[in-house]
Parts: sequence; C-alpha cells; structure tokens
Amino acid sequence: MAEVNLRKVVKRYEDVEAVRGIDLDIADEEFVVLVGPSGCGKSTTLRMIAGLEDITDGDIMIGGDVVNDVPPKDRDIAMVFQNYALYPHMTVEENMSFGLRLKHYPKSEIKARVTEAARLLDITDLIDRKPKQLSGGQRQRVAMGRAIVRNPKVFLFDEPLSNLDAKLRVQMRIEIKKVHQKVRTTTVYVTHDQVEAMTLADRVVVMNKGRIEQMGTPNELYHNPATRFVAGFIGSPAMNFVPCRLEELDGKLNVRLTDRLAFPVPGQRAVRYHNIPRNEPLLMGIRPEHITEARPHDEPGVEAFDTVLDVTEPMGMETLVYFTLEGAQICGRVNPNWGARDGAPMRLAVDLNNMHLLNEASGVVLGRP
Amino acid sequence: MSTLAIDKSGPTRKVKYGSMRRSRAWALRWSYFFLIVFAIFSLTPPFYMLITSLKSSAEISAATNPWWVFHPTLSNYIELLGSNQYIRFFLNSAMVSVVVVIITMLISIPAAFALARMKFWGSAMLATGVFLTYLIPDSLLFLPLFKMFSFFSDWTGIPLVNHWYVLLLVYPTLTVPFCTWIMIGYFASIPKELDEAAIIDGASWLQTLTRIFIPVALPGLIAATIFAFTVSWAQFLYPLVFTTSTDQLVLPVGIVTTLIKGDVFNWGQIMTGALLGAAPPLIIYAFLMDYYIAGLTAGATKG
Amino acid sequence: MADVAFQQNRIARATSTRRGSSLRYALKRKSTAAFLMTLPLILLIAILVVYPAFYSLHLATLNKSMQKFVGLGNFQFLFRRETFWLVVKQSCIFAITAVIFKALIGFIVAHFVHNIPAKGQRKWRGMLLVPWVIPPAMSTLAWLWLFDPSYSAFNYTLSLFGIGPIPWLGEAGWARFSVILVNIWYGAPFFMIMYLAALKSVPDQLYEAAAIDGANWWQRIWYVTLPMMRNIIAITTLFSLIVTFANFDIVRILTNGGPLDRTHLFATWAFRVGIEGSDIPLGASVSLFMFPILAIAAIFILRDISKRGNEA
Repeated sequence: MAEVNLRKVVKRYEDVEAVRGIDLDIADEEFVVLVGPSGCGKSTTLRMIAGLEDITDGDIMIGGDVVNDVPPKDRDIAMVFQNYALYPHMTVEENMSFGLRLKHYPKSEIKARVTEAARLLDITDLIDRKPKQLSGGQRQRVAMGRAIVRNPKVFLFDEPLSNLDAKLRVQMRIEIKKVHQKVRTTTVYVTHDQVEAMTLADRVVVMNKGRIEQMGTPNELYHNPATRFVAGFIGSPAMNFVPCRLEELDGKLNVRLTDRLAFPVPGQRAVRYHNIPRNEPLLMGIRPEHITEARPHDEPGVEAFDTVLDVTEPMGMETLVYFTLEGAQICGRVNPNWGARDGAPMRLAVDLNNMHLLNEASGVVLGRP
Repeated sequence: MSTLAIDKSGPTRKVKYGSMRRSRAWALRWSYFFLIVFAIFSLTPPFYMLITSLKSSAEISAATNPWWVFHPTLSNYIELLGSNQYIRFFLNSAMVSVVVVIITMLISIPAAFALARMKFWGSAMLATGVFLTYLIPDSLLFLPLFKMFSFFSDWTGIPLVNHWYVLLLVYPTLTVPFCTWIMIGYFASIPKELDEAAIIDGASWLQTLTRIFIPVALPGLIAATIFAFTVSWAQFLYPLVFTTSTDQLVLPVGIVTTLIKGDVFNWGQIMTGALLGAAPPLIIYAFLMDYYIAGLTAGATKG
Repeated sequence: MADVAFQQNRIARATSTRRGSSLRYALKRKSTAAFLMTLPLILLIAILVVYPAFYSLHLATLNKSMQKFVGLGNFQFLFRRETFWLVVKQSCIFAITAVIFKALIGFIVAHFVHNIPAKGQRKWRGMLLVPWVIPPAMSTLAWLWLFDPSYSAFNYTLSLFGIGPIPWLGEAGWARFSVILVNIWYGAPFFMIMYLAALKSVPDQLYEAAAIDGANWWQRIWYVTLPMMRNIIAITTLFSLIVTFANFDIVRILTNGGPLDRTHLFATWAFRVGIEGSDIPLGASVSLFMFPILAIAAIFILRDISKRGNEA
C-alpha cells in the first residue's frame, strides 16, 4: 500500500529529452493510466518508476521514500510487460514463484500465494503448463499472477493488452479492473489506446512529447479537455475541428463557420466566451455525437443546418456521416433510420451547448471553467 | 534435365489436362535420382571403411570383389580394442575433447552474455574481433605457437610440447571464437523484457545468466557444445605438430602415425581404427542432428 | 496531516543527499563486471592468436637457426625456388576449383532436397551431411585406401568396364584431381546445409507470386532464389575459400605433397619445411602467404556482416 510521487522527473538520452519534467502524484490504491501516442514518454516514465531506467533529474518516491538510486528489486514493485516476458523454460507455477524463490520465502508461503493468485485469475488448471502451451489471454493472466504473488506496493503495466486481439482485449480489460478491485494495489498503467485508458482509470494522464498535457478523471478529460491534443486524442471518432470566428450581432454572440453559416452561441457558453476577442480566427471543436439529425423540436442551443453527405458508415446502432465544411472533414453520428445515404443532402443539427473554442495557434481550449 | 521436365507445363504450349501433375512427378523422380547419386558419392567412403574393417588381412589382399565381405570377421575390432595403444589414443582424445568443451563453455558463455547484454567500451569491436579470430586457420599459427611453446618450456621448465595437455591450450583458440559468436546470437535473440522481468523479480546478473539465459538458450548451448567437441575430436594439425610420443597422441594422429608403418599398410586395422574414431561425432550427429545443423548454420544466419 | 508534513520533510532531506548515485556506481560496476567476464576471451585471443600472428611476422625475418636477422632474406630465397611457385599455383588451383565445385554441387543438391516432400527431407539431409561429420583425417584414410595403387576399389570397378588402372595418387595430374575430389566430397555438404537453410527462409509467397507472373523453374531460381540467397552464398563461399586455402589434413594424408611436390599446398609445405625440415622461419614465411587471401576474404565477410547489422 503506497502512493507514488514524481517530482520534476527528467529523462535525457544523449541528445533527446524523452521526459521533460513530470510532476505526478498517485494516491494509494489509485489506478492511474498514462496514455499518449508512441514516443510521448509514457513508457519511459513507467520504466523510471520501475527502476529499469535511471532518471536524469528529479525525484521518484514510492511510499514516501525517494527511490532514485534504489535497484528495481528493492523498490517492491511488480511489472507486467507487453509481450508478457514469461520465462519460457519454467512452468506457470515456477514463473509466478520465481521472485519469491529468489527471496527465499518459505515453501508453504510460496505455495499459498501462488494458489491464491491462480484462483483469483482462474488459472488453477494451467499451473503445470509451460508458457508455450498457453493462449495469449492465459499468458496475460500468468503475467498478472506473477505480479500479484509478490504482493508489491505498486503494479506497473506496460501496454499489457496490445498483443491481444480485439475481443480478448475487452475481456482482459474487465479482468484487470476486477483484479484491481480485489487487491486494491496502487497501479500505474501505460497504454496508447485511449479506450483502455478511459475504461480502466480512476485518473487518466495524457502525455505528449515528454510532457503531461492534462490529467483528470475520464469524464473530465472527455467533456472538458484543456488542449486540442487532448480533445483530439480522447474519444473515437475524434472531435471535429472547424475554423471559425466569434461575431457580435445586436448584442448577441454568434459563431461564424462560413460566409453563409453562423450559429448563435447559447447563453451559458456566451458567458464563458465574453472575454475572447471578436473577429479573430479560432477553432470550434465539436464531438461527432453533438452533430445529429435535425428534429422538429430541438432543445435551445441545438441549431439545424443543411449539408450534403460525402460518405456514410453504418455502424448498426448509429450511422456515422461525413461531410465537408470549409475544407475540414466533419463527422456526425445520426440515427440509422434517418435515411442517411452517400452523396445525399441531409438536414443536421449541431448541439452548441457542447461546443469548445480553441486558440488556433496554441491549441489551448478557451474559456474553460 | 529437370528444367525440361517442368517446361512441359509452360504457358505457351497447348497442354493436356493433368500434364502439370505429370511434370511435377517427373521433377520429383529426377530429384530422387540425383539425390541417390549424391548419397552414394557421400556414403561410399564410410561404407568402404565398414566393409574393410570386417575383412581379414587375407581377404583384403585377395583379388575378390572389394565392395563385398565374403568372410566377415570381427578380428580387427578385437585386436584394436585389445591394444593398449589404441585405447590410449581414444582416451587421450576423449579427455582432451571433454576438457576443451568445458574450458570453451567457461570462457565463451560469460563473454557472450557480456557482449550480448552489457554494452561497454569496445564491446562491439570485441564481438567483431571474435568473429575475425574464428576465420584465422590453424595452419597459419602452428609454427609460431610451436616456437612460443618451446620458448615457454625453456623459460619456466614446464614442458609443454609433446604433452597432451598442450592441446588444452591451443584447441580453445579454434572453439572459443565460434562458440562465443553463436552464443552472442542466441543470447541476443532473448527478448530484453525477460531480463527486465528477472531484475524486477530480484535476480542478480549472475542469477539472470544461470537461471534465465542459460536455460532459455539451451539449444544454442547444445549446438555450441557439439561444435566444440567435434572440432576438438577432429583436429589433426596441432596434435601432429605438438605431440610425438605415442602415449601422448590423440586418435587421428595416432592412427595415421602408428598404424601406417612404413610401406606396410594394415588396411583392416586402419579402417577399423578410423571408423571407431569417426564413431563419437557420428553418434552425436545421429542423435542430435538438429542441434548439430543449428550450430553449423548459426554462424552465417545469426550474424 | 502531520504525516504528510513528516513525509515532505523526508522528501526534502532525501533530495539533498540523493546524488550519491549508487545506481550510476552500479552501472560502472556493471561495465567492470562485463569486462571481467570477457577477460578470459580477450586473454585467449591476445596470447594465443594475435600474438602468434605477429610473432610469425617476426619469425619470418630470422635465419634457420633463428639467431640472425635476415630481413626479407627468407622471401628472396622462396622467390628463387621453383617449388615455391609450384605451391602458389597449386594452392590457387586447389582452392578455387574445389570451392567452385563445392558451391555448385551444394547448391544443386540443396535444391533437390528442397524439391522432395518435406517429410523425407530430414532423412536425405542426414545422409548427405555425413562426409562433413566424419573427422577429415579419418575419412581421408578411407579415400587413401580407395585410391590404393594395387588394391584400389575404384580401379577394380573401372576394370570391369575395361578402363584403367588409373594412378590416382601416383601421377601429378591425377593426384591433384584426387585431392580436389576428396575436398569436394568433404566440403560440399556444408554448402548444401547452408543453402538449404537459406532456401527455407525464402517465403513461399515469393515463388507463388513468381509462378503467377509466369516465371518458369529456371526463372524462379534466377530471379527469386539467387537474389534472396546472395548473402548466404557470398559468406559461405568466402568462408570456404579461407578454409580450403588453408587446408592441411587431406593433402597431408593422401599424398603428403607428392608426387614430386606436385600437390603441396601452403599449409603442407610450411609443415614440411618448418617442422620436418626444422626451418621454422622459412616455414613461417611460407604460411604468411596465406595471409593476403585471408585478409581479403575477411574484409568482404565483415562488410557483409556490418551491412546486415545496419539493416536489422
């Protein structure tokens, strides 16, 4: 049971700075996911916590102790690797107990812990097999079992699900969440998959180019992103961005997308945006689910407009529609029964209560609460 | 020849239905025909060794068909295995080979581990140097080595030349470079996460080597062992140069120098001795063929 | 709360003292450990390979009793001797002819083995590699017996067709042929096994694609197999060139250089001059002539290896 703290942690390889000063506090029992594109420094951060990479500058604390110079084995952590890293010449049981055997735990205790972990992960039947005889999902469970039997202060996961097929990934995601609910060990989990991040995390840390872009609960990140990067990275299909400017007409605030297309900004948002200079080029960010079919009696703030669809993608429970606005491709999600067809005109509605305005150059989301 | 056979299925020709299958069958027949020819070529000498070893001296010098034994006898085997001298050669060979294998493994496994995993100043250069050493043939070094050893004996009074243990010194120069080289390949193919997992599990470098690397790279280790053993067993030039007394000789030199006495060739015994001398590598090969071949091809494909 | 304050205090303290850097120290120790682990290897190579190689350069400049420096005297002496030029010529003929035939036969046999159904391949491969497995000193004795002037089993067989008897080892031309034949017999399986490994690594889709593009058997070999195997062919050939050039066992046992020095190679002649003739400096000078060919081959092999290293 321990918290993990990172203070201005920097990692520099010869000429590149992979991690550029990260501050992060992870509470006891918390499940934190580091997410970002490849090369954003998330894995390096995790490996520094594990002690597999030494840190160039800053401090890492586990359970309040600075562990900068503590070798991995004395940090009381366990790690699950992307390719499982099971020892191919050992059985499942030997794999799980290797760390304990090295530390000369009594045989009975090892046996008890392995049995318990195997039961928890539902791999009791596989205990005498070699990794080669296991499926991907079973190997994943064994790798987790190896982490659990150590009963460490912190679990570290390095993209553990990226070698599994889509169906198994969903299943193991749930499995990991269940295990965490049972053992309640502080967990740091690295992934490039934002869905994994959203579904697993108590708190998501979005990283980009060696820095933390934003951290918060999944819902915070989704509904209230701080930057264009986070807004675009979290959520699938991704948020749409359209060039726009704000206009003041008769004391009413409008957002103008094209010469012919402008929408009134609903009251609540207008209050947020009263400081933003008018008639400057901005970006409007709007999620696909906030562009839907127009209905006769839409709520206030939902504005209808006509467009011609380029492509439609029926997904079953919804249909994704794509159209072009000011050269930008926009995606919307409409009711599958509304008759959206490729190349057909359609009347859509945009929910401006959920719009975001961004500085075009810096990508910062403006007027956040 | 088989080009012709397959060309029948060429697209330009109007082909009858089923000719593709027929041409394939012909290609197969030609393949087997040539394989049989080459197999006969390959196996004639060992087969002839076996034939001759079963003949008595009288039958060998008789003008009968040399390719067949008319009165098989084990007298050559009995005589040879009863001779202290031949047993001595055999034991010398066995002892030298086994000790050289051990020395080779003790040197090359740690070195390969260090070169594959612990980057240090000059490690890349050393790995290349190891490979280059492997290319230096024995016939380039036997004269300076001979001179070096006699100087060494003069200086220290420890006799080296004409003692079997001098071979323990020189054989590793033939075995260690290649074994190190293929072990580097095998170690490097072990995913890095495996040693990281071991580090997190609390293993020291030594434990990582002995409990993870060696067991995981066991096929490579077996291949390297086989290589070291067969090279030591077959080496001819060094023992010919460095040993002369009959009680210090190893098998290949022993057979060539003692069984061939002037112009009198006792072919029955020579062939028996050669066949028995070829037996250990052949037996190893028969049982561990895949490892043997893995070691053979590793040098080129793992590079 | 007090707990938090205490912790922050501890953090601060730890921060101030932390750059003791035992991790970096450990890293330093790790490279020391790595050096120690490679030390036996380094010593072995330095003392028993590198030093003798240079020592032989030194030896080559001494006179027979090794007491006087004669500079290039040994080489001048060699250049004036007919036998030396004979050995140069024979070594080149021997190595080049043998390597070419080993490579060709190896390639052809590998193809045939690759051609037959997979389940029989192991058996054939196993039989065809036997010559490589038998220690050459032993198998050459069998050849010596097969070539025996009075009891040659080959001549017996040929006499059934009214041919012969052939002086396999008694006449210069035939003796050279026999020595090369035995070397091919011994070395071709090595090429076969290397090519077979390379053949297996060519993806089947390439052949299927070529077949669909209308390539016939020969075109498939020329446009798919050979380019894909170029690396292995080059490295195996160079490697074999070195080994064949430096060959000792076969000639030593089969002809011992005869008849009239007509089959001597650098290695066997160096042995004859250096050990049997007790003129070590002259023998060292002879074996030094193997060095250029070795160096050239080694450079090509190294270039190939580093090229592949960069690709990986």
